[in-house]
Amino acid sequence: MAEKTIGRDIVPPDLVAKITGRARYAEDFRAEGMVFAKMLLSPMPHARVRRIDASEALRMEGVLGVLTAEDVPEVSTPSEPILTMEPVYEGEPILAVAAVDEATAAEAVERIVVDLEPLPFALDPLLSLRPDGPDARLEGNIYHIDDDVREMRTHKWAAADFDGAPEGRLPMGEPAFDWSIGDVAAGLEQADGIVEETLIHQSLTHHPMEPRSCMAYWQNGKLHVHVSTQSAARCRASLAGMLDMDMEDLVVVAEFCGGGFGSKITAHPTMAMTALLSQKVGRPVMLRVTRYEENYIGRARPGFQAWAKMGFRSDGRMTGLDLYIVQDQGPYGRSGDAFTAATVASLTYQPEHMRFRGVSVFTNTPPRSAQRAPGGAQIIGMLEPLVDKAARELGMDRVAIRRLNAPASDGWVGPNKGSLTSAYPKEALDKAAEIFGWEERIARSGQTNGTRVTGIGVGLSPFVGGSTGFDGLLVIRPDGKLYVHQGIGNLGTHSIADTARAASDLLDLAWEDVVVVWGDSARHQPWSSVQAGSQTIHAHTRANHAAATQAKRKLQEIAARDLGGSPNAYEVGDGRIFQRSNPGRGMTLARAAERAIELGGAYDGHELDEDLHAMTRASATALAGTGLVSAAKDTYPHDGSTWSWVVGMAEVAIDTETGALEIMEFTGVADCGTVVHPRSLAAQIHGGCIQGFGIARSQKWVYDPKWGVPFAKRFYTARPPGILDVPLSPRWGALDIPDPQTPVGARGIGEPPVGAGSAAITSAVADALGGECLCRTPLTTDVILAAIEGTEKPYRPLETHV
Amino acid sequence: MDDVEIILDAGPKTYSRRTFIKGVIAAGAAVSASGYLFRGPGLLSARPTAQGSVERLITLSVNGQQRRVDVLPHETLAMTLRYKLGLTGTKLGCDRAECGACTVLIDGVNHYSCSMLTHQVRGRQITTIEGLAAADGTLHPVQQAVVDEGGFQCAFCAPGFVMSMAAMVATNPDPTREEAAHALSGNLCRCGDYNKILNCAMRAAELSRTTA
Repeated sequence: MAEKTIGRDIVPPDLVAKITGRARYAEDFRAEGMVFAKMLLSPMPHARVRRIDASEALRMEGVLGVLTAEDVPEVSTPSEPILTMEPVYEGEPILAVAAVDEATAAEAVERIVVDLEPLPFALDPLLSLRPDGPDARLEGNIYHIDDDVREMRTHKWAAADFDGAPEGRLPMGEPAFDWSIGDVAAGLEQADGIVEETLIHQSLTHHPMEPRSCMAYWQNGKLHVHVSTQSAARCRASLAGMLDMDMEDLVVVAEFCGGGFGSKITAHPTMAMTALLSQKVGRPVMLRVTRYEENYIGRARPGFQAWAKMGFRSDGRMTGLDLYIVQDQGPYGRSGDAFTAATVASLTYQPEHMRFRGVSVFTNTPPRSAQRAPGGAQIIGMLEPLVDKAARELGMDRVAIRRLNAPASDGWVGPNKGSLTSAYPKEALDKAAEIFGWEERIARSGQTNGTRVTGIGVGLSPFVGGSTGFDGLLVIRPDGKLYVHQGIGNLGTHSIADTARAASDLLDLAWEDVVVVWGDSARHQPWSSVQAGSQTIHAHTRANHAAATQAKRKLQEIAARDLGGSPNAYEVGDGRIFQRSNPGRGMTLARAAERAIELGGAYDGHELDEDLHAMTRASATALAGTGLVSAAKDTYPHDGSTWSWVVGMAEVAIDTETGALEIMEFTGVADCGTVVHPRSLAAQIHGGCIQGFGIARSQKWVYDPKWGVPFAKRFYTARPPGILDVPLSPRWGALDIPDPQTPVGARGIGEPPVGAGSAAITSAVADALGGECLCRTPLTTDVILAAIEGTEKPYRPLETHV
Repeated sequence: MDDVEIILDAGPKTYSRRTFIKGVIAAGAAVSASGYLFRGPGLLSARPTAQGSVERLITLSVNGQQRRVDVLPHETLAMTLRYKLGLTGTKLGCDRAECGACTVLIDGVNHYSCSMLTHQVRGRQITTIEGLAAADGTLHPVQQAVVDEGGFQCAFCAPGFVMSMAAMVATNPDPTREEAAHALSGNLCRCGDYNKILNCAMRAAELSRTTA
């Protein structure tokens, strides 16, 4: 028998390409006659374009054409357009120029005269909610959705809502949405201890290492795009929608993606812009997006201005949680972060009574999208120090209070109290405490060594870990190898390889005999989940398991047909299909693939299951006749929602003279079902936690409130953690308890570590400060120092972007 | 959108040196950042060369080969490598010395190629990620170490880190983990894969000691 691949480290099939320069990302492609695009970005946070005069630019040698909002499909508010005549944030693309080289395109942009009429703008959701506050959009400041109505509205609070709020506490006027479980007032009434805080969480740009550069050309009526996207198949579907074209006429090449973290889930407007500019000038067009531009157009996590009140019984059980979130929506769309935050809080603490209220307000700042653990990372990073505060007041251990409130597999989640497939956060806390040495380290809490004081922190962070119902597509070719066609993306999680293991293990193939086919839609992809929201290891081990099950059945039928007996008498192993009772009687998979082609019909992909998605059907049909083709939809039962967990524990040292924060030790432990790829899992835990460190301590925006323009636009002004900002030897662990409701037992892991990393730091900093919760992120050196010295804070209580 | 006036009619094409220079003066931001923009060969013949400027057609020593290339005075090495020599393994993550994705070796020392002018490196030995493995395809010890340790996630930063590791093992083949972190601190990994990157660096040092 071949060695099972699930649970062991492999060399990802694309690794050597990545470290020899052969891996080609979007900006690495060239096409005959390729020209360059440069965008003209709005210099104002909100304005109306009155006039564009591109005549001088178009007279320049080498300038080929200009694309404006008149050339692109219109969208309805509050969706984001490809180009606009009403820019709603500084940096929004107004037009794009194509020229023979980039410098010429940039010069042409400078020579285009754009007459802009400034419009009122809003940077701070709370200011926009004031009775006389500005609206970010001409149509209003919120997007209202209920069962009957979807429309832009102007949502204002009464002056009394602001005047009545105590200094520094979040004003709480009429919410735009809310839900309740039980009676939160009664829950808080039953409490022996109450903690209450106003919480400020920043907005922050995703900043993947690869900016969203794009190259597009048209050939024989087909559009070919080289893009940076998280999700190959779904990017193709969404770009076709954006351009209102048939998916069959769109070839998307997305073999490598230099990071996304939620900012590149599917198609981005710049892809459509590049395609339309290419169409207009009749040449292949390269749009090289710079870091400066990425800061504007590259998506961001919504910030929160929030308030929470928690009640606990003397034994530590949470009786009530009252939560209000004002979400900074940016100028477009409708982010689910606030909703998810409330859902995550309900799951993490299982409060006996809970109320959630919120409003999501448009601002004239860069567009928001999901950022790794959207909503979850914000709320866990903010609430965990409050749980610490309660534990201190009740005289409880901080791990014990989390363990008490966290759910077991019979726990519930969200306003409808939905069930879970399985959950082991209590066990994860235990394992983390053991690896980290919680008992020994907690004894050092608050101890000083010279000018440095030690803080110990813990964060417990869940996030959704999987979806269902997608398709798998496999071919066993006459070379005896298994070709696993993947429609998911390749952004560094190794999902393309790791989800294929479900098929190779079921067919008992050596990993060397598995070929992963990914990234180029011309190589045929099945309908797939988006490569986001920690979905793929769950969704696509299921889909590939389903397809491999179908392939095995076809192999059994072919063997029985040729060699006699019942199909069920045959087993696969070591590259053969053979009779269980007489292993010598069988055939190689290579021979079976040849026989499948000879037999045709369902065996080689000419007949397909009815329930397949049209994309899978088209791909399988294109592959028909190349071998034993297996295409199947995941119809495995699944009851309840699937969540994974990460516990983060950190020891920090804060220099009381300088405010400098050093993370000395870190441990991350996951409950994410079966461990498929240990080394990659460790990397997800550590990497996600490190992104959480960036949230907790360094990344932010700074805006000039008078003009609405940003200052922190680059890495050096809003720095993600570097290699010297993190512990040299962080530790990790995983429970490796299979989820019972998915064949391989694996749940997703991308999202939960971010909140665990952020919360471990916010919790440790509060601990080092003697339990004082600063209740805002990021905890920059000046913020920490002002708290230590008791001097004037470098921010006003509810202020953001400072 | 109806009341917006859009003029996309170029009128007659006129081009002279005088209008070009006027344009340069007016162009402000674009020109001040022009070192970070790519100027292709398309307009080279039409471009005036300022007095006293350097020769444009130069020979570079890249990955052991002598490459003739037409280089503008303000052109960065990263742009020459990526857009004129076809060496796209060197990545541009930030355009200006903040991330290290464009790191290459110049006479064995790691440098940000986005922040070097190509004319600065005439006569010096340039090694890019494409030139690290042996001609027969045998991986450099650093590359082998990355394979052994399953290094990197999205790997857009990987070419830069690998070049910095190569420079590190050449000067300090027996680093502590902390020294390795310092050696690699000019490179940014947004996936936060630093633990595995340090494992790769330590393995690379080990391999380079045993193969040296």
